[in-house]
Amino acid sequence: MNFELTEERQMLQDTLRRYLREKYDTATRNKIIDSEAGYSTAIWAELADLGVIGALFTEEQGGFGGKGFDITTVFEELGRAGVVEPFLDTAVLAGGLIADLGNDDQQAHVEEIIAGSLQLAFAHGEPTSRYDLNRVQTTAKPDGDDIVLNGHKAVVVNAEAADMLVVSARESGEPGDNDGISLFLVPADTKGVTIQGYALLAGGRAAEVMLDNVKIPGSARLGAAGKAFDAIEARVAAASVAQVAETLGAMETATRLTKDYLGTRKQFGRPIGTFQALAHRMSDLLIEMEQARSAVINAAGHLESDRAVRESHVSAAKNLMGRAGRLVAEDSIQMHGGIAMTQEYELAHIAKRIVMADHRFGDTDHHLERFIALSAA
Amino acid sequence: MDLSYSEEEKAFREEVRTFLKDKLPKELSDKVRYGGDLGKADIERWHAILNEQGWLAPNWPKKFGGAEWNAVQRHIFEEEAAAHHAPRIVPFGLSMLAPVLQKFGSKEQQDHWLPRILNGDDWWCQGYSEPGAGSDLASLKTTAVRDGDHYIVNGQKTWTTLGQHANMIFCLVRTDKEVKQQEGISFLLIDMDTPGIEVRPIVLLDGGAEVNEVWFTDVKVPVENLVGEENKGWTYAKYLLTHERTNIAGVGFSQAGLTAVKRLAKAEMAGGKPLIQNPHFAARLAQVEIDLQAMSTTNLRIISKAAAGTAPGVESSMLKVKGTIIRQEINDLARRAAGAYAMPFASEAVEGSNAGLPDPLSAGPVAAQYFNNRKLSIFGGSNEIQRGIIAKVTMGG
Repeated sequence: MNFELTEERQMLQDTLRRYLREKYDTATRNKIIDSEAGYSTAIWAELADLGVIGALFTEEQGGFGGKGFDITTVFEELGRAGVVEPFLDTAVLAGGLIADLGNDDQQAHVEEIIAGSLQLAFAHGEPTSRYDLNRVQTTAKPDGDDIVLNGHKAVVVNAEAADMLVVSARESGEPGDNDGISLFLVPADTKGVTIQGYALLAGGRAAEVMLDNVKIPGSARLGAAGKAFDAIEARVAAASVAQVAETLGAMETATRLTKDYLGTRKQFGRPIGTFQALAHRMSDLLIEMEQARSAVINAAGHLESDRAVRESHVSAAKNLMGRAGRLVAEDSIQMHGGIAMTQEYELAHIAKRIVMADHRFGDTDHHLERFIALSAA
Repeated sequence: MDLSYSEEEKAFREEVRTFLKDKLPKELSDKVRYGGDLGKADIERWHAILNEQGWLAPNWPKKFGGAEWNAVQRHIFEEEAAAHHAPRIVPFGLSMLAPVLQKFGSKEQQDHWLPRILNGDDWWCQGYSEPGAGSDLASLKTTAVRDGDHYIVNGQKTWTTLGQHANMIFCLVRTDKEVKQQEGISFLLIDMDTPGIEVRPIVLLDGGAEVNEVWFTDVKVPVENLVGEENKGWTYAKYLLTHERTNIAGVGFSQAGLTAVKRLAKAEMAGGKPLIQNPHFAARLAQVEIDLQAMSTTNLRIISKAAAGTAPGVESSMLKVKGTIIRQEINDLARRAAGAYAMPFASEAVEGSNAGLPDPLSAGPVAAQYFNNRKLSIFGGSNEIQRGIIAKVTMGG
């Protein structure tokens, strides 16, 4: 047993933490959130230079990490600073699928991703799929050597900025079948692709992506026809690990701010942290923080395990983080009082990141059911 | 024991329903229903409709132009208003300042200000909280120094709800620094157009700007705008707070919220079936519904006591705590139900309808509402303050 970071990961953590502390304060980030693009190309480029994206790919893929603990190292720091730039979407999800499934031509994009010069989005969820990964209704039909896509992809994060979309579509079977789902690499400017963008409550942007007779060459398929489900599930597992680590980082910030506030804010002539009612709540949050950290470690440490073990730990972490995150976000706001409701105070954004994480890749209930099903299998 | 309403009460409910069906404009109820932003004109319009009916001031005595409803009637109205998605009556003039003027104001103040409140001539806001005085309101530092026929006011107020619409503010100010905190506070009425007043909006985490900071620099206030006696303001403030706590349980809001969650959970799909059939979601929903049923009866028990002339004391603190927990839980269920469609920043996309929303199932700005309503357990005396009151009253010390 060893719970220390390796030297390389420790260096990455230190570098990232220092950079974000200096460059990514509340005011800077609020400006980014309010901007038209919803993210900063300058921050993106500088973080890519620092190796943030390279750390998310394995050496064989052209990176220098790619393991569960590389992902958590990066995303815990991004979460601590409330970063809204779409590393999860471009690198872990869409980029990861290209690296996992792509042929040599397609794999060539990974270099551009790591260099920070390519933006991607994973267009998978649909209006009625909720959190099920196999409930794909978008269709892919052959037309000579080409493929024609039709469907509606919901809340596709980073779709507007993306140069290319990784789109899931069904070539056979019914919604709810694992078999029959394929992935396609679709340039965002392909005819028939309509992107209706909007801002997200916790920062960043997403879009409804309408696919109306989108014709692409058969060579745009990633991996084998109808066999993409396992790769999607594994990538969403990696993204979930990234996301729970991000949430952990955000929770660290929330509890740090709250602890500081309880020590400095005075009412009735003394620091409010000296009131036992608040002191005990703060203690409960700190206990949950330890639980949360362990859940993230469990999930990251089993990301390279067999499917059943991996997915069980992912669902455990998502369930626990959904619960602990809500508690930390709500109690941190409550113990601060009105100040935490203001957008210019750091906690406001951080609390939104924490709570809204429960709306991606499955919420606490979804993962509780999934954990039960995986345990019974 | 009889859980049914009397014939008169039933008839009253019918009268309220008919009124709401006939007179509540659809543009307004749609905004309330779908989480759109109610502007100043919307609220003034609704106030004018209620005023014409004589229902704008349900808690005022008839001699001042009020409806003088009893607590059960008020409860019925609030329940029906929420069920029909009526805008909330903005309380600052009507149910906060007015009772203070009616009890402690001079005849001149009553004759001047009360009709203006009913007619919508003035929009009042509340100058209570300060950056350093939140839960500990009595530690407020804004000063008013007597100078001939005027007070000179200096300081800062915060969390001033809808202050951007207001032309008048009622303020707690410190007029004596030498005595015990509570004994040096006065209650002043201040015209917002007076030189030296600056209003700055506070952007909240849901993107809304409903609250403000108000700064006072050498603001001259005529002495006739002092309510009651100098340095007795804390008594008036406490009296006002008891009125702030009418409808504190928010039963009507919770019932309307629960109906909205059910509608959404029937439309959202989970595992190929409507979400409302999902056992975990259904269990969460049932749990809140059970709690709400019980609290609704608690609320009725307490207000029927009030109707019989017994003032609700510690019970209003209990209702505040339980009522806000339930409302916040319903907000949590709503965002949960929406799934990924809770993520869009929708509060500005909706202007009276759900047309601007990406969600084909019309979830509305559920996450924005969830975050906005974190305020429920913070303002009007935080839930921690309420628990302190309950403990103090029931256990002494």
